[in-house]
Amino acid sequence: MEKAESSALKEIWGNLLSSPRRIYETAFRSGAPKTDRTRSSFVFGNVFLHLHSVRTHIWSLKWSTTMGLGIISTAAFLITLVTGILLMFYYKPYPDVAYQSMKDIHFVVPTGRFIRNIHRWAANVMVIAVILHMARTFFTASYRKPREFNWLIGWGLLVTTLALSFTGYLLPWDQLAYWAITIGANIAQSPREITDALGITQYFDIGGLQRTILLGSDEVGAEALIRFYLLHVMILPLILVMLMAVHFWRIRKDGGIARPDDADEIVGNEAKTSYPVFTEQPEKTYHLAAIVKGRTPAVGSGPENTLPSMPHLFYAELGVLMLTTFICLALALISDAPLKEIANPLVPENPAKAPWYFLGLQEIVSFSAFTGGIGIPALVWIGLGLIPFLDREKTGTGRWLGGPGGWNLFIWSLLIGFGASVGIEAFAIYFGWLREWFPDVPQLAITVINPGTVLTAIYAAYSIYVVRKHGSTRAGAVALFTCFLCGFVVLTVVGTYFRGPNWEFYWTPSDWPGH
Amino acid sequence: MTTKPGKEASRFDPEPMPRRDFLGLAALGSAAAAVIFSLFGMLRLPKAAVLTSPSKKFSVTLPDTLEEGEAFIPEGRSVAVFKDAEGVFAISTICTHLGCVVASRPEGFECPCHGSRFAGDGTVTKGPAPKALPWLKVTADGNRLQIDENEEVPGGTKV
Ligand code: FES
Repeated sequence: MEKAESSALKEIWGNLLSSPRRIYETAFRSGAPKTDRTRSSFVFGNVFLHLHSVRTHIWSLKWSTTMGLGIISTAAFLITLVTGILLMFYYKPYPDVAYQSMKDIHFVVPTGRFIRNIHRWAANVMVIAVILHMARTFFTASYRKPREFNWLIGWGLLVTTLALSFTGYLLPWDQLAYWAITIGANIAQSPREITDALGITQYFDIGGLQRTILLGSDEVGAEALIRFYLLHVMILPLILVMLMAVHFWRIRKDGGIARPDDADEIVGNEAKTSYPVFTEQPEKTYHLAAIVKGRTPAVGSGPENTLPSMPHLFYAELGVLMLTTFICLALALISDAPLKEIANPLVPENPAKAPWYFLGLQEIVSFSAFTGGIGIPALVWIGLGLIPFLDREKTGTGRWLGGPGGWNLFIWSLLIGFGASVGIEAFAIYFGWLREWFPDVPQLAITVINPGTVLTAIYAAYSIYVVRKHGSTRAGAVALFTCFLCGFVVLTVVGTYFRGPNWEFYWTPSDWPGH
Repeated sequence: MTTKPGKEASRFDPEPMPRRDFLGLAALGSAAAAVIFSLFGMLRLPKAAVLTSPSKKFSVTLPDTLEEGEAFIPEGRSVAVFKDAEGVFAISTICTHLGCVVASRPEGFECPCHGSRFAGDGTVTKGPAPKALPWLKVTADGNRLQIDENEEVPGGTKV
């Protein structure tokens, strides 16, 4: 009797001692990823990792294929997520109080200023990485079949990223924020430029409606602040995360990163030397329990030239994540996020500048609010979304500028994109525009003819010429995309560095009056 | 499931729509309709019926020292009040371009945001502003002026 009791107690003691090991084993059933088999189950047995396939093609692992830009964007998002949640501990979204809480975060809260700096820098890194990621996908023609839909998801992610960044811009409630949002909200209202000219604003005031819904009031005040806050910390992040989930999932379902047809010959037979996991090429994959018709991209492709994702892919991803974190931390140490005086609705910042990635548009906005703020962005956005459905060609998929025209066309488009945007800016700065020549010109004329639309027309004409010359839609798309990217950079640089008080042109900020 | 004679049934054959599927579709359809309908209801919420803006009507007394052509800016308001031989008038100082507050200069008004310029009577002389600065309604009650920032009057109305 006594013996049985003590042995039961012993057993409990033994179980207790071995419980850490057991907990580990129940969590990671397959054991350490040491063989190809356990490496595979390491991936598909893990809810977070199984978005990846078990093996990754060597082409996708090459740095030059993706440059890690998608992972950089994701990493930057994760950093903003963590730092953003930390900032929410102290931030209070109410006018004036918001500014005080920013001051607290800046001067009182331990590490507050550092966390805010990281948040701001990670947001900027994210915007840049997302734009570059899109450029990479475009220049390697990776949006083609079967990846058209994922390009559209990415297209939505780009807008969501910009919206997140812009809504965050108002929250500090300082002068910078207040006037940028005033301008932003009035851009939302700028369809009035058209409805006014047509005389139908009374009946159909879409501009006014957009502004009222955005601000919840006639002016930028408490209602606007809470709306922007809600968008920034709740609605937009949710949309972003949902789109991201679909984006990642589709990468896998679309057969991984795009690669050229002859990728296998190029990377050689490296993987043949590694242990073959399965040798049969699957004739069907059990897509949705085999009841769905059609073939998935995995059909007909064997394991050749793939490597186990663990460790080859995951270590690369971890490396990029660490690098992104390092860059954000370093930038946050070097440069403080700005915090100007408290918002004053009676005295605008001079110059009042939007976040940097909108300054290119602000250049055009300084001629016509509608064209720069809504017309051209909408045109570019729709054009971007249509790319995969207009270019149905085959050559060059998965290769940097692999299609017709190649690098030559790219260089030419860069030159034309640069020349035209600098030329038209210089012209407008030097000679002025319609209003200066004919003061009575109706606004509609300027809405239609301004440096922004002229530039768009030049780019469009050039790309039509390229389409005819090469007999290829893809060539025209390369020309147009490159030109717009170039114009975007030129206008952004002008708006950021060469515009001073009253949006006047200055060579350097030291020439600004009052400096 | 029915099949054509002489052909074996295959799971790839299109199936005729059984009654169950029809009911299923009807259920899906009504669910979708309900979701869309409730979405409209939810979208109705963000557009407030009453906007929480402070009152736009105020009264001021012009200082006696106000010269002709000199702007008087009532405190906390984006309005410039002028006096000349024909009377008193008020011009809004909110830029018609994107809503910055214009500064009053001897030659007229100047917007800091995108460089719009306006003449003394509010008409655009330069820059992206699509229309003239609006003149605002002024009612005089002896020395006291009542100004309504929400009510525009045709340019040139002086009291
Ligand atoms: S707001 Fe006045 S010029 Fe743009």
